[in-house]
Amino acid sequence: MIDLAAFIPRAIQQGIPLMYGSCGETITEKSGNLNLGIPGVMYVGGISGVIGSFFYEESCAGAGLNPFLAIFIPLVCSLVGSLIMGLIYSFLTVTLRSNQNVTGLAMTTFGIGFGNFFGGSLIRISGADVPSIALSETSSYFSKSLPFAGNLGWFGDIFLSYGFLAYIAIIISLYTSFVLKYTRTGLHLRAVGESPATADAAGINVTKYKYVATCIGCMVAGLGGLYYVMDYACGVWSNDAFGDRGWLAIALVIFTIWKPDIGIFSSVLFGGLYILYLYLPTGMDHMELKELYKMIPYVVTLIVLIITSMRNKRENQPPASLGTNYFREER
Amino acid sequence: MENKSSKKPLFHIVKIDDISGPREWAIRAAAIIAALLLCAVITTILTGDNPIEIYKTIIEGAFGSQRKTWITLQNISILLIISLALTPAFKMQFWNIGGEGQVLIGGLAAAACMICIGDSLPNYLVIIIMTVSSIAAGAIWGLIPAFFKAKWNTNETLSTLMMNYIAIQLVAYYTIVWEVPKGSGKIGIINQNTSAGWLPNVGNKYLLPIIVAALITAFIYIYLKYTKQGYEIAVVGQSQNTAVYVGIKVEKVIIRTMILSGALCGLAGLLLVGGINHTITTTIADGQGFTGVMVSWLAKFNPIAMVATSFLIILMDRGAGEISTAFGLNQSFADILTGILLFFIIGCEFFLRYRISFTSDKKERRESK
Repeated sequence: MIDLAAFIPRAIQQGIPLMYGSCGETITEKSGNLNLGIPGVMYVGGISGVIGSFFYEESCAGAGLNPFLAIFIPLVCSLVGSLIMGLIYSFLTVTLRSNQNVTGLAMTTFGIGFGNFFGGSLIRISGADVPSIALSETSSYFSKSLPFAGNLGWFGDIFLSYGFLAYIAIIISLYTSFVLKYTRTGLHLRAVGESPATADAAGINVTKYKYVATCIGCMVAGLGGLYYVMDYACGVWSNDAFGDRGWLAIALVIFTIWKPDIGIFSSVLFGGLYILYLYLPTGMDHMELKELYKMIPYVVTLIVLIITSMRNKRENQPPASLGTNYFREER
Repeated sequence: MENKSSKKPLFHIVKIDDISGPREWAIRAAAIIAALLLCAVITTILTGDNPIEIYKTIIEGAFGSQRKTWITLQNISILLIISLALTPAFKMQFWNIGGEGQVLIGGLAAAACMICIGDSLPNYLVIIIMTVSSIAAGAIWGLIPAFFKAKWNTNETLSTLMMNYIAIQLVAYYTIVWEVPKGSGKIGIINQNTSAGWLPNVGNKYLLPIIVAALITAFIYIYLKYTKQGYEIAVVGQSQNTAVYVGIKVEKVIIRTMILSGALCGLAGLLLVGGINHTITTTIADGQGFTGVMVSWLAKFNPIAMVATSFLIILMDRGAGEISTAFGLNQSFADILTGILLFFIIGCEFFLRYRISFTSDKKERRESK
């Protein structure tokens, strides 16, 4: 039997990057931009934070880190890195009206390459004298949980044992769904995604909304990369370790029917599916079955995708203009 | 009135209806040159070498020796086959980003034939069965998302993407089932002693994929341009309503086109496993299913232009590989340069479709009179 008190925290840890990614992608898609560059953005968010804290740790070699700067520097670097990616995407698709799928795939190629390149060559380029990128000190600040979490038994393990970025992910998701549902900004944003021409006629600045939504979406997604490397991976960057979580995050957006608050639970569910293979029994002489179990999240996504399209409910549909660019003079 | 004219924007954007040939290519060339310049600047910053040396290294990496030239040509032809395979689907506005999975599953089918029946049947029969099963496997992998798209309009971008990972995990599973030696986690060269199921050498060992690529280029060119099915694809891609109105069965076209697309990807998998690597790993497609999307789109679905785009991308890839080896940098350097090149080519499309016209004062005055 699966030990739930051990399984749930691990599922949540796996789910947090997905939560950031899918929340960011939801914000972006609500503006009508289908950003397939999210996997690349998450790599860039992660590696930018690593670069920032790498140089900071190098500069204080030996001396203790200032706790505030140790968190602040990677956080800002990560946000700036993913913001730049968001600007590239917005500039190409909104201003230059390029095809969104192609731009997104190019961003993914670039972003994953960027992450792996600096992950593999940072030490050589900076001429530092360390064998590998292991930012354990910075990571310890990121993964610090509440001091009394350890004393509360299973309750503490399941709810309180995470670094602060995990709670920020939940707060961002809740806040995003609040903004989308109940505020004027959210209403405008949804209008832009459903019908940019109508929104334009109503006096909403379509270009501005698309830019801002895409950039904020990318920054949120980038934090997922930062969480992964600083908290989950304990500050150790290894190439391609982040894997396909970015793609899963994009699929999750459909799974959550464009609602970030549902995203909190489905991210954790997917996080669980992602590591389920570790808990399913295989027996010693059938290790190959583990590879089949790893298929589960993708098969589930595919089935959910098909079922939602079969039911075809009106409120569960993507933003009507998703994937198309808006050009005022082309109506 | 004056108040109003002072509020006029500095410039506005006008759509160009049809662009002349030479101008179109001049804009593309300018974008590529700009991208190459930026790539050189970045490489110079990272390696400290001078830019001219860098271009030399790129050319050397791709064409430095006879063997390198052949490998470059071979890589181009594989990327070209995958891009060509994806093209009919894109022309139909079906975003098949599952090329990766279709290639892998084709390769897996080929490997399965080599391992399971390689020793018990005469070689020519093995190769025929391999070819048929790879193509069939790729076709099935294309058919599944197409069926759901045609039936319930399931989002094909994501379903093809999920099919990629299912294929990857299947390959990972069989890698362990077939691993040699046990516990090594890889298959190694299949049938190394008997060469059973290895595709025959035509001339030399690099030529076969190149010939296949040339044949498929011609086939896709004719198929899209001169056949009834190609025309139907174009109509469905332009407007599904029109297609329904003129009596084209959209569901049938979607399914048929994706079977073709998947089958050709499966063929690429066969060439990779049976002809080039003689083994299978989860990374054998090496992201080319995604790169193919961009190659196909950048060439505006024109098979001849695809030869040029895939040449450019492989050139950068091999060249950047050479640079990273020479300077001890990470191999992913190639992806960064490819990414930059793609951004520029994607961005330059704007200048092919639109014109920026500045509102000068003189014109304004004339208009207001």
